[in-house]
Amino acid sequence: MVENRPWLTALSHIVLSLGVLITALPIWITFVASTHPVEVLMSGRTPLWPGDHFLQNYTTILGSGMEAAGGVPVGMMMWNSLVMALMIAVGKIAISIIAAYAIVYFRFPLRMTCFWIIFITLMLPVEVRILPTFAVVADLGMLNSYWGLSVPLIASATATFLFRQFFLTVPEELAEAARIDGAGPLKFFRDILLPLSRTNIAALFVILFIYGWNQYLWPLLVTTDESYYTIVMGIQRMVAVPDSEPVWHEVMATSMLAMLPPVLVVIFMQRLFVKGLIEQEK
Amino acid sequence: MEKRVTFSRRGLAFALVAPQIVITLVFFIWPASQALYQSVLLEDAFGLSRKFVWFDNFTSLFSDSIYLASFGRTIGFSVATTALSLGIALLLAAMADRIIKGATTYRTLVIWPYAIAPAVAGVLWFFMFNPSIGILAYMLKALGYDWNHYLDGSDAMILIILAAAWKQVSYNFLFFLAGLQAIPRSLIEAAAIDGAGPFKRFRTIVFPLLSPTTFFLLVVNIVYAFFDTFGIVHATTSGGPAQATTILVYKVFSDGFIGLDLGGSAAQSVVLMAIVIGLTVVQFRYIERKVAY
Repeated sequence: MVENRPWLTALSHIVLSLGVLITALPIWITFVASTHPVEVLMSGRTPLWPGDHFLQNYTTILGSGMEAAGGVPVGMMMWNSLVMALMIAVGKIAISIIAAYAIVYFRFPLRMTCFWIIFITLMLPVEVRILPTFAVVADLGMLNSYWGLSVPLIASATATFLFRQFFLTVPEELAEAARIDGAGPLKFFRDILLPLSRTNIAALFVILFIYGWNQYLWPLLVTTDESYYTIVMGIQRMVAVPDSEPVWHEVMATSMLAMLPPVLVVIFMQRLFVKGLIEQEK
Repeated sequence: MEKRVTFSRRGLAFALVAPQIVITLVFFIWPASQALYQSVLLEDAFGLSRKFVWFDNFTSLFSDSIYLASFGRTIGFSVATTALSLGIALLLAAMADRIIKGATTYRTLVIWPYAIAPAVAGVLWFFMFNPSIGILAYMLKALGYDWNHYLDGSDAMILIILAAAWKQVSYNFLFFLAGLQAIPRSLIEAAAIDGAGPFKRFRTIVFPLLSPTTFFLLVVNIVYAFFDTFGIVHATTSGGPAQATTILVYKVFSDGFIGLDLGGSAAQSVVLMAIVIGLTVVQFRYIERKVAY
């Protein structure tokens, strides 16, 4: 701060508090709604303070799901989301780091072609090629499987670029020294580059886990079997129950559970999260 | 920049890039080329006959008033979402940059909506605005406005704009804050010594120096509003009422999967691809030049 202006500092605090309020309000309302029995919500006056049905609502939803929406247990959906998110995050990091390693440390024909092919994926989000991608996955028999949920999403230009940028900053001397000591390319990668990339991998993992957990359109397309539903898409089935008002307290409990893992990741790994987010866009 | 020390085991190099390349070819390039190909075909819904029709799908697309209306709506939606979330984020970041005590706490409290899926964010706002039980609809009714996003198209549009912008503020806030903290203090101090007040300093020094961040966020937010908001629309309004919230990504999905209009949907995909490619090119060209002021 350059000069002392108490009224401006006070204003800053007021504006920021308002910002925090706007950020938190929807979550608070959701939490409150998830702890009341259905009659209280339907009475038309939304309560502002939590009720006493917390345990009951959450155990129902986790164990047996919402009846009106086919009774798919939310616990199982969360497990599916977790598997999908982990497969996407780990898969993206694994294939990107080795691809970046090849592009930076090797000279081979078609090297730049490979680079451009990877670059193009940046321009082709799932949303713009929904039908044909679905057709490919269907032809490969990958519908209703964890592979179908994750593999089509794990190509990653941003992760590859991030590792490429990082490898370019690794001092040449390390590769020279490794070579003089007789280490082959695989040993150099495993013993020197991987340990050096640890923070980058962790930061990227945080971002990609959130990305994977929050996938919506893709799981919606490739899963018709209830046992592969993920939680984020499962909510939609609960909201869109035909011919009646959604069972709101259960929808809200499910929303809380859908938000919980990625929000916890952001809060507890804030430093890595901020690093991952900002590095990714360089 | 290239490495001096490199390895020359070609087989190994190909094996290392292979997984990424294979997945890209199978799940990205091939489907995209299929979309291109189908966009010039006329096919019946059962796939029994197909005919090469050149650009008929595109001409019928751009003479279709429903599609054009959806296009206009998407632009309006993107502009509103981007302006709202960038404006709020910049205000909050500028305030957080000013204060010394508690800035980190505020940051923690503001950033976590980033982790919430668009579809879930949509459902939260959908609930708060629910005409019969939602708290915000109740407040609006007390103020004399009868909110109903099930019947009123503009209410539904406002609903998805709010949900989309609310979720994106956290992301913009982080980047604005990082950008503000990177501005050299000496410039601001010099301006203060010359007698410029906080608002004048912000307008004439801070904001111009922040332009690379602002520009970057502008592109990212437009891409977000165009493509990542599918979940918000699908989980809440389903494009309705009466198409009032049918944005382009939702239309590709509903025409292709529900309407089974393969050629038309493919043509729409190609138009969207052109938009993403355009935005990506703009972004990279400007980032290369670093948008100096």
